[in-house]
This record gives sequence, structure tokens and C-alpha cells, in this order.
Amino acid sequence: MTELSDAPATAAIRLATTGGASVADYVEILKPRVMSLVVFTGFVGLVVAPGHLHPVLAAVAVLCIAVGAGAAGAINMWYDRDIDALMRRTAGRPLPSGRMMPGEALGFGAVLGVGAVLVIGLAVNWVAAELLALTVGFYVLVYTIWLKRRTPQNIVIGGAAGAFPPMIGWAAATGKIGWGAIALFAIIFFWTPPHFWALSLYRTGDYAAAGVPMLPVVSGPSETRRQILLYTLMLWPATVAPWLLGIAGDLYGGGALVLNAVFTVSAIQVCRDDGDRSARRMFAFSLLYLFLVFSLLLVDHAGGNWK
Amino acid sequence: MELEQERRRTIRARNRALVAVLVGLVALFYAITIVRMGG
Repeated sequence: MTELSDAPATAAIRLATTGGASVADYVEILKPRVMSLVVFTGFVGLVVAPGHLHPVLAAVAVLCIAVGAGAAGAINMWYDRDIDALMRRTAGRPLPSGRMMPGEALGFGAVLGVGAVLVIGLAVNWVAAELLALTVGFYVLVYTIWLKRRTPQNIVIGGAAGAFPPMIGWAAATGKIGWGAIALFAIIFFWTPPHFWALSLYRTGDYAAAGVPMLPVVSGPSETRRQILLYTLMLWPATVAPWLLGIAGDLYGGGALVLNAVFTVSAIQVCRDDGDRSARRMFAFSLLYLFLVFSLLLVDHAGGNWK
Repeated sequence: MELEQERRRTIRARNRALVAVLVGLVALFYAITIVRMGG
């Protein structure tokens, strides 16, 4: 008991002695790797949308999307510091390792989140600002606080937060939400479950130790593999939608079909493999897959295939 | 002694980052204002 009640004080003294959290720690709690994907998909949404935005305001919009995503990441790290300490992958983060005080992370995240929403609202438009606020709120309240520790569907519903950035980019350029924005949202929404479940297949022990009810922990690896394949199949209509809706051209359509074929083969291999190898390969490919799908949209748009 | 130096280094780096962020914000708001005023 004494040890527990003394822990925050000890951490505070250690932090005061070392000068507190470093700049690198502040950058780390923004989850820069997640942020890079968010920035890229948000940028693509902004570029392919049928609207015009001054380059400076476009840069501001992308910056605000990035900062908003970082803010959500920081608040997520603040809330999840207890379970992060129990998992190998996250134990070295600034909060569980004691390099940063919890209040610092929460304050940092809250200020950045509010700042990003206000700036995008004042500089670009309020539709984009509302979507950004919804994204941060959804990630923090719905995913982190409500679903993550309660249901194996955490990734499916919570994943919507990661699907909003291209929609924010689209709204920044057009001031509204069109079918194209919904199609881009659907691509990331259906991509998220196979991506995270492939990871959780070979990190089951970590999630079980932390009490996070990821699908492999609750329903076992066989059901997870089946669900991975199901969501991978749902990606076919989602990724082909921009092409069928006439908002992307044949270059994108052809490329999306090829990428889906490879991703589906990858999911089938995961279903047939009782070990970790295929899941690791699928997780790595899923990142490349999303990057290539959105790159194809960009290239297709640059090539003048927009209809 | 070494701990004190490390503490100073950390604080100095953080202060510099804060200055960079503040200068960046000033430049950002200036650019936004110019663009918005330009119509």
C-alpha cells in the first residue's frame, strides 16, 4: 500500500531531477507512425475532392488533421497507461516508463486537440472542424474509454476514428461530405479489422495479459482468421466504389482489383496457417496495401482521370 | 553533477522546441490572415 501511494511522488521526484519529459517523449505520445498514415489519407482526400483550396489553407488543413490525430493519441496514452505498462510493445512508452507525468500527457493532448479544431474551423471551414472534433472525440470516448476494454468489436467500431481523415480532407476542400468521401471512409473502415487482427494474432499474449478483449483473446485464432477473411472480402466493394461511382478512373480501378487479389490471397494464407508467419506477413502487407490504394487515387487524379 | 547537466540539457531542448512552436504559430497565423484577406 505504502509502495503504491508513494509511486507518483517518487516518479515526480525522478522527473524533477532529470528535468522532466524530453522533446522526444512529447513527440512519441503523438504516435507519429499512426499520424503519418492519417496525414497521407487526409491529404489524398483533400487532393482528389472536387473542390479548390488555397495551398496555404490546404497545408493548414493537413497540419490540423495531423495535430488532431496526435492529440487523440496523447489522450489515448494517458488513459491506457495502466495497460500499456503490461504489454511488451507499449511498456517503453513515456507514461508507463515514468518519463512523463500523466497530467502532462492529458493537458498536452487536450490543448492540441482543441487548438487543431479551432484553427481548421477558423482558417478552412467548420464542416471540416466538426469532423475533426468528431474524430478526436470518437477515438478517445468511443474507442479508448468505452469499447477497447469491453468488447472484441473494439477494432471494428473504434476503427471508424481512423477512417475519418480522408473525409476531413474532402470536407476541407469542398465544405461538405460527398459520396466520394464516404467511399474513402469505407476503404479504411473495412481495412482496419484485418490490419489489427493480423497483428493481434501474434500478440495475443500481450493483449490477454493486459485484459484487452481482442478477438483472438475472446474468440480464439480460428474465428479471428475467419473474420480477417470476411473483412478482406468486404474491401472489394469498398475499394472499387470510387471507380464504380465514377470518381476515379480505370488506372485506379485496375490497380485496386490487383491489390485486393493480393490482399485476399494473403488472408487465405492466414486462414490456412496455424502459425504466426502469414499473420505477420499480412500485417506488413496491409500497411503497404492502404498506402498503395490511396497512392493510386492520387496518381489517377494527377493523370486527369477524374470524371 | 552529471544529473544536473542532463536536467539542464532536457529543459534547454524543451525551451527551444517551445520557441520553435511559438514562432511557427505566429508564421502560420500570419499566412492564414494574408490568404483569407486576399479573398
